[in-house]
Amino acid sequence: MAFNYDQYIRGGKLPHIWCPGCTYGIVFKSLLRAVDTLKIPKNDIAMVSGIGCASRLPGYVDFNTLHTTHGRALPFATGLKMANPDKHVLVVSGDGDATAIGGNHFIHACRRNIDITVMVFNNFIYGMTGGQYSPTTPSGHIATTMPYGNIDPSFNIPELAKGAGASWVGRGTAYHAAALDKLIAGAIEHKGLSVLEIINACPTTHGRRNKFRSPTDMLLWMKDSALPVTAFEKLPPEKTAGKFPTGVLFKKEASEYCDTYYGMVDRIRKASEGRA
Amino acid sequence: MGTIKLLQGNEACAEGALYAGCTFFAGYPITPSTEVAENLARRLPLIRGVFLQMEDEIAAMAAVIGGSLAGRKSLTATSGPGFSLKQENLGFAALTEIPCVIVNVMRGGPSTGVPTGPGQSDIMQCRWGTHGDHPAICLTPAYVQEIFSETVRAFNLSEKYRTPVVIAFDEIVGHMRERIEIPEQGVLPVVDRAKPDCSPEKYLPYDDSGGDVPPMANFFEGYRYHVTGLNHGPDGFPVNASPRIHTDELRLMRKVEANRKDIIRYEEVLTEDADVVVFGYGISGRSARTAVEAARAEGIKAGLFRPLTIWPFPEEEVSAIASRVKSIVVPELSLGQIIFEVERCAKGRCRVEGIYRVDGDPITPAQILAKVKEVG
Repeated sequence: MAFNYDQYIRGGKLPHIWCPGCTYGIVFKSLLRAVDTLKIPKNDIAMVSGIGCASRLPGYVDFNTLHTTHGRALPFATGLKMANPDKHVLVVSGDGDATAIGGNHFIHACRRNIDITVMVFNNFIYGMTGGQYSPTTPSGHIATTMPYGNIDPSFNIPELAKGAGASWVGRGTAYHAAALDKLIAGAIEHKGLSVLEIINACPTTHGRRNKFRSPTDMLLWMKDSALPVTAFEKLPPEKTAGKFPTGVLFKKEASEYCDTYYGMVDRIRKASEGRA
Repeated sequence: MGTIKLLQGNEACAEGALYAGCTFFAGYPITPSTEVAENLARRLPLIRGVFLQMEDEIAAMAAVIGGSLAGRKSLTATSGPGFSLKQENLGFAALTEIPCVIVNVMRGGPSTGVPTGPGQSDIMQCRWGTHGDHPAICLTPAYVQEIFSETVRAFNLSEKYRTPVVIAFDEIVGHMRERIEIPEQGVLPVVDRAKPDCSPEKYLPYDDSGGDVPPMANFFEGYRYHVTGLNHGPDGFPVNASPRIHTDELRLMRKVEANRKDIIRYEEVLTEDADVVVFGYGISGRSARTAVEAARAEGIKAGLFRPLTIWPFPEEEVSAIASRVKSIVVPELSLGQIIFEVERCAKGRCRVEGIYRVDGDPITPAQILAKVKEVG
């Protein structure tokens, strides 16, 4: 039986704002399928975003949704989560939103290891503003603010998250949608800060300026470049050029921030009752 | 009889927040406001409240809005540069109508300025700091007792009108210790936000058909809705069209403008027969009171107008004074900011003279008395 997306989509809010050829719609559907497998009541989910094309996603879903300021989704989400530690807080962000203007919040959310799921839709460009280079724009690529080719080194988002202390780090692509369902579900299920980088394509402001003749070319690039992490790790270093690993890239056991905080609360309250 | 304590202004602020039912604080260390955070770091965990020291001022403001949206009365405290950094998210709270309280313990500026000295030069920023038209409520207590009670009132106004409320006091009253009485719970009113009484299916978060302040559902209580910093329609979803944007902006402003009588508070001393009135708030209001008493002792008909609500500005009250006095003297720890508001209300009907000081010391009663004699 076909999956019933309507149960999670707000009536009358489609069509979405994304351009023809944009891969966010694929990820949007994957996200809904993933949430469905977890059987979490809609009332118990908050979805928070910042500013950018990806950040418009929460408007379409029937959860508690919060579309905030540029880069700041994570501290808003931290407030929601700390106030209601038993609820699920999901963050949808873009490469610029999460790692440029929101970079400080990103690393500190990872460091705290608070139980929030961060999905970074990486399309390698600032799409909403028309194609300026972001911290993940590949070297040499043309952007409206790098008209002679990008000279900025780029972030590796999973490595950044791992280094900052996130306890679950993964990467998927819009092309590998079935695998993405499982990755999103895994990221949400993990207790602690999980970062899932989702490789996306922006044909309108990135692809067409960088020799991708069609949106399909960008999906084929994902198909050819992504390797399951187990296969990627078996490759000799000289053969990894132009490839990137996908799947669960890193996972560790670590204290979750709300647990630690409320554990402290219980401890000191007990101690103060003892004194009284 | 409540509890008698010897407290610093910043400590009284923390006590006032707890009295008002605050269970969520997020902040970032900054002089001279840090004691607000330090006190709540000790107290909030004991009542299962949340205390968060965030990675920066911007994050603290964001977390406070998140905490409030999840149903907790929320507070942040800051000073100087930190207040500048909070402005964007303060505007977000104003447009999305999420209650929260922001304490600004004013120091000298601009930039790093005089972190350990008093200032009153953020007072226009308290009104106009964030971009775009927005309602503003700002309270200016001058005594430790008043910091306590005005903090309670700030939460009440914030909850009642669904808008951020700023409490602005200077470093001197923030750090001054005075005897205060903390009343028993129930003595001061405590207001909670109005919640919807309709079913979740019928809930429209920004529907003004029942009044200018729509009831607010908290997240996770079954009312799933959308909050966005984009201008939005009654259902909370973005609207990019006339006339909704215009009418909704007017409604936001009206929440404060139409309720001036409820929001504006001030102390007025001996202004009835006065030839000269001193308009002073915060520490400058305290010096002004001493100066007015000294002037009266010398037979000079002086009076005091000390606003506890600086925004919305007490226009009618200042206008009435301007119509019957020769002069209004405005002492402020800036190079002249709130004097523009006094001049605006005076409309040339009386002389308006400023006394300005930005060297880290307060304006003394003697300075004010000299000016009163000059213009009285």
